[in-house]
Amino acid sequence: MAALTGHLAALEDEAIFTIREVVATRERPVILFSAGKDSVLVLHLALRAFHPAPLPVAVMHVDTGHNFPEVIAFRDRHLASLGLPLRVASVQTSIDRGRVTDAAGPRASRNALQSVTLLDAIAEHRFDVAFGGARRDEDRARAKERTISVRDELGQWDPRNQRPELWALHNTRIRSGQHLRVFPISNFTELDVWEYIRARDLDLPSIYYSHSREVFARDGMLYADSAFVTRSRGEDVARETVRFRTVGDMTCTGAVRSSAGTIDAVIDEIARAIVTERGATRADDRAGDAAMEDRKREGYF
Amino acid sequence: MPVPNMLPPLRCATAGSVDDGKSTLIGRLLLDAKALYTDQLAHLDDVRHRRGLAERDLALVTDGLRAEREQGITIDVAWRYFATATRRFILADAPGHVQYTRNMVTAASHADVAIILVDARRGMTEQSRRHLFVARLLGVRGLTFAINKMDQVDFASAAFADIRGSVTDYLSSIDLPRAAAELAFIPLSALHGDNVVGRSSRTPWYEGPSLLEHLERAPVDADRSDAPSRFPVQCVLRAGGGVSADGRGYAGRVASGTFRAGDTVRVLPADAPATILSIETADGVIDEARAGASVVLKLTTELDVGRGDLIVGALDKLPRVDTDLTADLAWVHKTESRLGAPYLVKVGTREVRASLEAVLSAYDVASGVAGDTDGRSLSLNDLARVRLRAREPVAIDAYADARTTGSFLLLDATSGDTLAAGMAR
Repeated sequence: MAALTGHLAALEDEAIFTIREVVATRERPVILFSAGKDSVLVLHLALRAFHPAPLPVAVMHVDTGHNFPEVIAFRDRHLASLGLPLRVASVQTSIDRGRVTDAAGPRASRNALQSVTLLDAIAEHRFDVAFGGARRDEDRARAKERTISVRDELGQWDPRNQRPELWALHNTRIRSGQHLRVFPISNFTELDVWEYIRARDLDLPSIYYSHSREVFARDGMLYADSAFVTRSRGEDVARETVRFRTVGDMTCTGAVRSSAGTIDAVIDEIARAIVTERGATRADDRAGDAAMEDRKREGYF
Repeated sequence: MPVPNMLPPLRCATAGSVDDGKSTLIGRLLLDAKALYTDQLAHLDDVRHRRGLAERDLALVTDGLRAEREQGITIDVAWRYFATATRRFILADAPGHVQYTRNMVTAASHADVAIILVDARRGMTEQSRRHLFVARLLGVRGLTFAINKMDQVDFASAAFADIRGSVTDYLSSIDLPRAAAELAFIPLSALHGDNVVGRSSRTPWYEGPSLLEHLERAPVDADRSDAPSRFPVQCVLRAGGGVSADGRGYAGRVASGTFRAGDTVRVLPADAPATILSIETADGVIDEARAGASVVLKLTTELDVGRGDLIVGALDKLPRVDTDLTADLAWVHKTESRLGAPYLVKVGTREVRASLEAVLSAYDVASGVAGDTDGRSLSLNDLARVRLRAREPVAIDAYADARTTGSFLLLDATSGDTLAAGMAR
């Protein structure tokens, strides 16, 4: 495969450096893998970072049970092709154990419940590092988080008391009970992610590309019709040609009308996009001015 | 939006006082460079209507966190990304309030260019001097002065020239061993957009570029090829995870300079000579690795090389290898310094136990010179020259020669917190 040039090479080099620094200085790292494009990228970068040695990092999916079936099928196929075992931390199990109460109502989403399942899994497996695919260009609150973020026992993030990140000198020291959330692709933008995926020819779940689907309109967004969502009166189903820009729960991830069926067409579409990624497709961020900030303080990724 | 792909991104730190209009400038830059999306614009319009403002408050683009919105100040570094037809930009927006100097230090440590805002009505303030001093201390090569609110002084060239004069006077008084800065002065109005993206007709006496035009041409640190070849070893890799016939590979990122197969090198601090057998990535063998590249080096000789070692070009100027270290520190923690306390120095990929032996002098940012400390300890936002002693020898460059391998963190050995940003003399 050809070497990358320009900014994609710079972003790849930086991410590989960060992953190696964290893994070399911590004991039990895990990659949080949702099978979304950002986590596919993080996993790929981690494999590159340690090639030709085997990946010295566990892979785990926090599964809400409300995922797109296409994404779960891709998740299992992708990891099998890489020969990597997968741990699944299940929100349904957290509900069954009484750790959290399932959401109810037409706008019910398990999105917020993931935080508890994640923290329980981190404690159970004694992970001291969780790698994630968050990027700073996604949201105004994420724009201020560090590449390496120290979390307490409750997973909480304190934006007033963050460690300064100086030069490329990563301080990965933590106290007992703390863990690190590490975001190696912090400096990638949405467009960078897609260009990188094209340059490295990475596979993605099919729902990122244009397809025909039963959807209904709610709050100016299109949702997939599924057993996980209760439609209200007037929310009628129609068949549309759509694709998804982000991949989360079926309960909170909206589709955009799109005929972009190839990666070139997707990149062309994003390059001309006039609505930010999360603004277009995530109901969870629309809850208020500070929606993401509130969830991060509570331990959300 | 265009998709430039050839140049590495330019990293900029923005600094200014609360009232200098910095957030407005960044908002203006993003708005006029068409880097804001419709939902972001809709948010600005929504707030404008709710608060009954005459115009969009561009500062809201960057002021994201709730406390900022309540207090009206930026309390942390915020990162912004945008692209023009020729380049990509990473903006680190540093706060201007005095107690948050540590964030300016953070932003400047990453920056190729510092954009320092000065209010045309007020001229150079102590805050401007502090930001300028920090940018110089952190060795930022490109210093770009955005002389803002020119509309408030009727776009008078005299106000601009006065500020330019006081900046150069102040710069010449700063006593730091640093390479010459590349200076630029741009008269602008963030509120109205003059000379931010397009050139203004209201400053006919100014013949230079707009702020964005200037940034599109500014060089990045990695473009400077005069730096010595340095490779801090991150970890040792073996195919299959065990000992193999392929031998040991040393994973790392080229901090500065260039490495080629066949180069003679030295491994520090042990000072063992070696030759590079090959340079590899996940795609296979490559001929050379330049500054910034993450690669695996293999050496012709089996040496006891591990994490924390520094591989250097044998023909380059060598770093110092010593236990005693004189350095400039920016204290970034609320706990005060203590002589003899158990600290760690993190240089490159190496961590060594160390202690603070003496605070030699403290910098007065108003004058730019180092003064007596009267034996006082260092506290948050202090900038000082100190002497440290490490338990074992460390290889470290003078910061003026090499930013990556001349910088270090001072950590608290007990809590693990970052106490200070260090730059070796």
